[in-house]
Amino acid sequence: MITKSDKRWAFSGHVVLGFIAVCSVAPFILLIIASFTDEAASLRNGYSFTPEKWSKAAYEYILLQWDTIGRAYMITIFITVVGTFSGVMMAGMLGYSLAQKDLPGRNIITFLIMFTMLFNGGLTATYIVYTQVFHIKNTIFGLLVPNLLLNAFSIVLFRNYFEFTMEKALLEAARIDGASEMRTFWSIVLPLSLPMIATVGLMSALMYWNDWINGIYYLSPNSKMQSIQTLLNRINEDIRFLQQNSTVFVPGDAIPSTTVRMAIAVVGILPILLLYPFFQKWFVRGVATGAVKG
Amino acid sequence: MDTAVTVPKKKNGKYNLRRFIPFYLMALPGLAYIFINNYMPLYGMQIAFRKLDYSAGVFNGPWVWFDNFKFLFQTQEAWVMTRNTVLYNLLFIIVGTVVGMTVAVLFNEIRTRLAQRIYQSLALIPYFMSMVIVSYLCFAFLSSDTGFINNTVLKTLGIEPVSWYTTAKHWPIILLIVSQWKGIGFSILMYTARLLTISDEYYEAATLDGASKWQKVWHIMLPMLKPAIILMVILSLGCMFYSDFGLFYQIPMNSGALYQVTTTIDVYAFRALMGLGDITMSSAVGVYQSAVGFILIIISNLIIRKVSKENALF
Repeated sequence: MITKSDKRWAFSGHVVLGFIAVCSVAPFILLIIASFTDEAASLRNGYSFTPEKWSKAAYEYILLQWDTIGRAYMITIFITVVGTFSGVMMAGMLGYSLAQKDLPGRNIITFLIMFTMLFNGGLTATYIVYTQVFHIKNTIFGLLVPNLLLNAFSIVLFRNYFEFTMEKALLEAARIDGASEMRTFWSIVLPLSLPMIATVGLMSALMYWNDWINGIYYLSPNSKMQSIQTLLNRINEDIRFLQQNSTVFVPGDAIPSTTVRMAIAVVGILPILLLYPFFQKWFVRGVATGAVKG
Repeated sequence: MDTAVTVPKKKNGKYNLRRFIPFYLMALPGLAYIFINNYMPLYGMQIAFRKLDYSAGVFNGPWVWFDNFKFLFQTQEAWVMTRNTVLYNLLFIIVGTVVGMTVAVLFNEIRTRLAQRIYQSLALIPYFMSMVIVSYLCFAFLSSDTGFINNTVLKTLGIEPVSWYTTAKHWPIILLIVSQWKGIGFSILMYTARLLTISDEYYEAATLDGASKWQKVWHIMLPMLKPAIILMVILSLGCMFYSDFGLFYQIPMNSGALYQVTTTIDVYAFRALMGLGDITMSSAVGVYQSAVGFILIIISNLIIRKVSKENALF
């Protein structure tokens, strides 16, 4: 039975959530409109939801500059695909071996992995190790390897998943049929754990797609390895530099105009917005099962 | 489980160990990465206790033990970044919990599944965006020349434009809004998952007893959410010394005029290392953060063990 009070509560729910929904989307709409605004108009009136004059000049500029931006795009796609695949495989294999209850050394290994959640050397120490020992500065590994590839959380997720859901009888049957452990893992365990792989893989892919922090540590400003996110960050830094050193300001098109910057940002978020309806379901499911942490 | 079909057990030790070789091999890539990414930096931490000497190599300067830390804590910045990190964390925990819970309860009252799905999907979009992108969005609103707020909102209201990126006093609020804006969709999801576990019987019984909606919220929903909330608060206490680097670095555009209110421990460590090239100070800050962070996590875990043992990390 729906009472009057229920209706009032539902109404306030619609008002508050409607407001949140509008606030969540409006900035993106402003960004997209800003990227289609005529440069002179946006300098005169500021960014606006109802621009005086529309223009697609920013996107024409992007097409002209496609070697820079297209390259950044390819690098982003490359690190996302390679990083996600290797990270999930590593976490899956490690989690699977730790799920063997009688594995000698299992407790020590688990402890060493859990310990990384409690204590870490800090970004500076990590930076020193990667640059002084492994020399990954300005290579693709600088974007790919530090911090993103694997974390204790996903290993533990996989371990628990395998421990609780794998049917022992099925694995034993494969062993008795003479399948090697590697083969069992590859053709029986992995296909059965697709939901888990999808959740962990999705989180990892989002992390790679959105990452700019490795870029500011492991790429020099003029590096050729810029991904979309580090390129966007680079543009921010250049503007800051010019503002702080306005006496040496050289007029010209050293930095992209305001509308072009907005257009590059739109190009950066477009894939996420387009894929959002598809991956959202997996994400929500991941949160519900505790496989995604905040 | 019938043990009859399992592989013969322990004929001798050798056979048994050989059986595990494939598992060790599978574990190897991941373990190697953990060693490089998480354990080698522990060795790198010694830089904080040495004098930096490039000619001898970064790891070979003479030991000065705690001199670098003495120097660090004599600076004004050490106090500012610690204060900022802790206060922002407290602010985010309190506001985040209250806002998240209120919105989730209201979300739960919406009876149309479709509407719920639409709100949920839209509110979650910001969660998936990187902080660089968010900084562009903020810039579109806050830029002093072309920003939407100065040019449209304040103009319509007849208020003088504000130079947002050089006026420090507004930033605690701006950062709070941005962090809530980015996180609200996720909180709705988290709290709703909890609310769904409350059985309908409680509400039905309460309705029969003539309870009002408010009473149901106060006496059913909140008590049921309480363990989850306590757990989340204690967990975030463990992260008190860490901050969202992107939020404090990208959103204020690393503007010097705002450093007093935007420098957190992570931002300082980054700026010392990449901006000033001061490896020693930066690693001293890193050690300070890791050490205090470790103690806080241990304490928060001890509390969790008291409150709800199954959620303890160890």
